[in-house]
Amino acid sequence: MITYREAVAEGIAREMRRDPAVVCLGEDIGAAEGVFKTTTGLLAEFGRERVWDTPISEQAITGAAMGAAMTGLRPVAEIMFSDFLACCWDYIANEIPKIRYMTGGQVTVPLVVRTANGGGLGFGAQHSQAVENWALTVPGLKVVAPATPADVVGLMAASIRSDDPVVFFEHKGLFASKGAPPPEGHVVELGQARVARAGADVTMVALASTVPVALDAAAELAAEGISAEVIDLRCLVPLDMRTVLASLGRTSRLVVVEENPYQGGWGATVVSIIADEGFELLDAPVRRVAAECVPLPFAASLEAQVIPTTAKVVAAVRQLAAY
Amino acid sequence: MTTPMTSTGPASGPAGGPPGGPPIGAAELLTLYERMALIRATEKAAYDLFMLGLVKGTTHLAAGQEAVAVGASAALRADDYVFATYRGHHHALARGASPAECLAELMSKGTGMCKAKGGSMHLTKATVGMLGSYAIVGSHLPMAAGAAWSARIRGTGQVAVAFFGDGATNIGAFHEALNLASVWKLPALFICENNLYMEYTPISQVTAVANPAADRAAAYAMPGHVIDGNDVVVVKQAVAEAADRARRGDGPTVIEARTYRHYGHSRADPAKYRPAEEVESWLRRDPLDIARSRLQAAGVPPTAVAEADERADRVVKDAIEAGKNAPDPDPAEALTDVWADGGAAWRT
Repeated sequence: MITYREAVAEGIAREMRRDPAVVCLGEDIGAAEGVFKTTTGLLAEFGRERVWDTPISEQAITGAAMGAAMTGLRPVAEIMFSDFLACCWDYIANEIPKIRYMTGGQVTVPLVVRTANGGGLGFGAQHSQAVENWALTVPGLKVVAPATPADVVGLMAASIRSDDPVVFFEHKGLFASKGAPPPEGHVVELGQARVARAGADVTMVALASTVPVALDAAAELAAEGISAEVIDLRCLVPLDMRTVLASLGRTSRLVVVEENPYQGGWGATVVSIIADEGFELLDAPVRRVAAECVPLPFAASLEAQVIPTTAKVVAAVRQLAAY
Repeated sequence: MTTPMTSTGPASGPAGGPPGGPPIGAAELLTLYERMALIRATEKAAYDLFMLGLVKGTTHLAAGQEAVAVGASAALRADDYVFATYRGHHHALARGASPAECLAELMSKGTGMCKAKGGSMHLTKATVGMLGSYAIVGSHLPMAAGAAWSARIRGTGQVAVAFFGDGATNIGAFHEALNLASVWKLPALFICENNLYMEYTPISQVTAVANPAADRAAAYAMPGHVIDGNDVVVVKQAVAEAADRARRGDGPTVIEARTYRHYGHSRADPAKYRPAEEVESWLRRDPLDIARSRLQAAGVPPTAVAEADERADRVVKDAIEAGKNAPDPDPAEALTDVWADGGAAWRT
């Protein structure tokens, strides 16, 4: 077994072994091995010319990664907490995703911005947000958010090998979770959703932390005789709607489970596509179980009120199944 | 107030001292002059075409600042990297882009440098190391640091240059980039074109130090030079020294080139906020006039200078005609070039 946390370092290390152009930069990623220990072993194996500790300068980190990506390297930049993407949003929203387009395709930006995302650890409003929907609003970014250790490795490989910029959301609440280790050479192509659990009555679409939440809910619902399918999107861009639509064709009912706020959350995009292209498949209204539209509170008891929980998902699915 | 570690050239104003540095050959000087004349004529064409309605959106013209781009370019290797701002026509042209592809881009033509997807503020010509013009103030300084970092890791001996305005010295990315470049001893050059106005406001009114770029260099333990940005020879020499230093592995340098823009900040801004006597004093220090004086001193006959002017004017005149006659971009181009595969698909 391997933890999700170990899988991050393993995924990066595998790519660094196969491609000398892959370099890492970020705050405390070297000797300290990352505040979440997601870069453990990298400095020891690859040395200071490939693993670079930076100052607390998110603009310099993302801007330098961009400049390096434009000139022959494949940088993997860490932004410690995804909340801090706001400190370098110019690079994430204005620079990295646009330079290829606005130069008429003259330059390529093969970089990965990795970041620890999401709640569940009681870090309060500025260190707990699920902000994958921020990245989804920007054309020109690929957006990846794995749910299992094997997917961390496989999607990391595809992200680093991608010639397009990728924002790679590692979920803080999943770092301690364990899973089967991926085989050597494991690559999960970007934009291919996974059916995490097959079911016949209701489709649940989930991402990262909400995959285990949805799976727990599905197990509970099975005891009541409700068969729920769980789709792990893995990526928001490319967004694998083909898999979602195919599932909906079998179940005719849809619940989206997302940790980002309901207001502007990624589920709204999924649901709008279903409304456009899957309306005839539906036998019930769609439901979104998303975070409440408030800043994340500190206390665990309050945080549970805000973000999706198994109980909230079970209630939503039960209601839809009965519709 | 901090003071720069070193300072050369005129301390302030257009009345700075005589240009220093070793003389460059008459032939090279004439080549640099012609490149500046080409930029001047292109910028005039951009202005005229804008006023005629053939250039849409906005333009930020660099007439008056030609010596910074041409002098720096003359000091760089062909494989060095340049990052510029939305006032960047002169840098694209100095690196070897043609007025035709520049003006076609401004005129929204399919033959434009960026296929009419970038426009005036984003001129880019990657094949000559001109890696972009960026319209978020200061954003490209970290990118230049990153390109220099890449050069260092790959061991290529290349340097990366960020050109920026005085206004960029008060934004965070400037400070983050200088610190990173210094800590990592990167082969980067940070060249400020101090034209005295951030947009409409004098930079001196909003900046805590007299020399907005060079005075900050000391805080990042790197040299900061104030130079006469209107003398192409001075610029070339200063940039050559800084580039040599960077290639030796001794780290980055800040060069603050004092200069002046002949047009307003953007579009048809008449720049009424600038005192007439200030404008006049700087027009007397026109970089083309300074280069002409140098050519005369070097014994280049006035006919040779006039011929250079004529060649530049002819190239730009042809570029204007070519732009007017060029096709609009294929509408299908709007949905290409997002991804490296050439497409724009974001979902299945």
